[in-house]
Amino acid sequence: MGQKTTLEERYGNKGTALGHVRGLGASKGGTHHWLMQRFTAVGNLLLVGFLMVSLVLLPNYSWATVHNWLSHPVPATALALMMVNTFYHARLGLQVVIEDYADTPGNKLALMLPVAVLLVGGAAFGLVSIARIALGGE
Amino acid sequence: MADRPLSPHLQIWRWGPHMAVSILHRATGDGMALVGLPILIWWLGSIASGPDAYATFASIMGSPLGMVVLVLLSWAFFNHMSSGIRHFVLDIGGGYEIDTNKRWSIGSISSGIILTALFWAAIVLI
Repeated sequence: MGQKTTLEERYGNKGTALGHVRGLGASKGGTHHWLMQRFTAVGNLLLVGFLMVSLVLLPNYSWATVHNWLSHPVPATALALMMVNTFYHARLGLQVVIEDYADTPGNKLALMLPVAVLLVGGAAFGLVSIARIALGGE
Repeated sequence: MADRPLSPHLQIWRWGPHMAVSILHRATGDGMALVGLPILIWWLGSIASGPDAYATFASIMGSPLGMVVLVLLSWAFFNHMSSGIRHFVLDIGGGYEIDTNKRWSIGSISSGIILTALFWAAIVLI
């Protein structure tokens, strides 16, 4: 280092400097993960905010009151979106924790698979429950 | 793991608010993912299943221990939300000066506690 060399001397004449290093870092990628974490964070701000305000405004928490509230289109839509958004955000967050504390690629995979399955399953269960409340009638 | 020296870990640094806000962000996020989301879908599933299932949910989560869990979860949300907004500011390159960083770290932890108190006051009063 320190000597002045041209790009061609350093990298040969094929491809760009970026092309030679892209994907070689320890994490392989991450921009999409980072962006989706932020996008879903903004979504959560709105959607969980909607749930918290709704919980404050509900007159009581009897089954009839809560069921009637969630059978309306706007709360049902908001909570359905919240299922997708919060579970996606949770998956991204838990992935970072697993990557930080699991030491080998095998352990990472062994933790990530059940986490992904449980979170997709949980979101699906929530969506089916909301659909039944919103579409199931009395 | 390769047998190589590790970087200095937690015990070597002087504890500061920026460290507290960082680990609280992770702890509250994990708490909501591992405890909050299961309770959330249990709640939705019990509403969908009918009054009897909902009564079981309400009696367990309405018990003193259940209420403690709900209060902690609401705090986890407001704390994670506050430090998450702080993250957005850091993402656009603001708030890295030591004084500012310290002030906003303490601010986001305080905001989490204050919003939790306001939330439960509103639940009780409205």
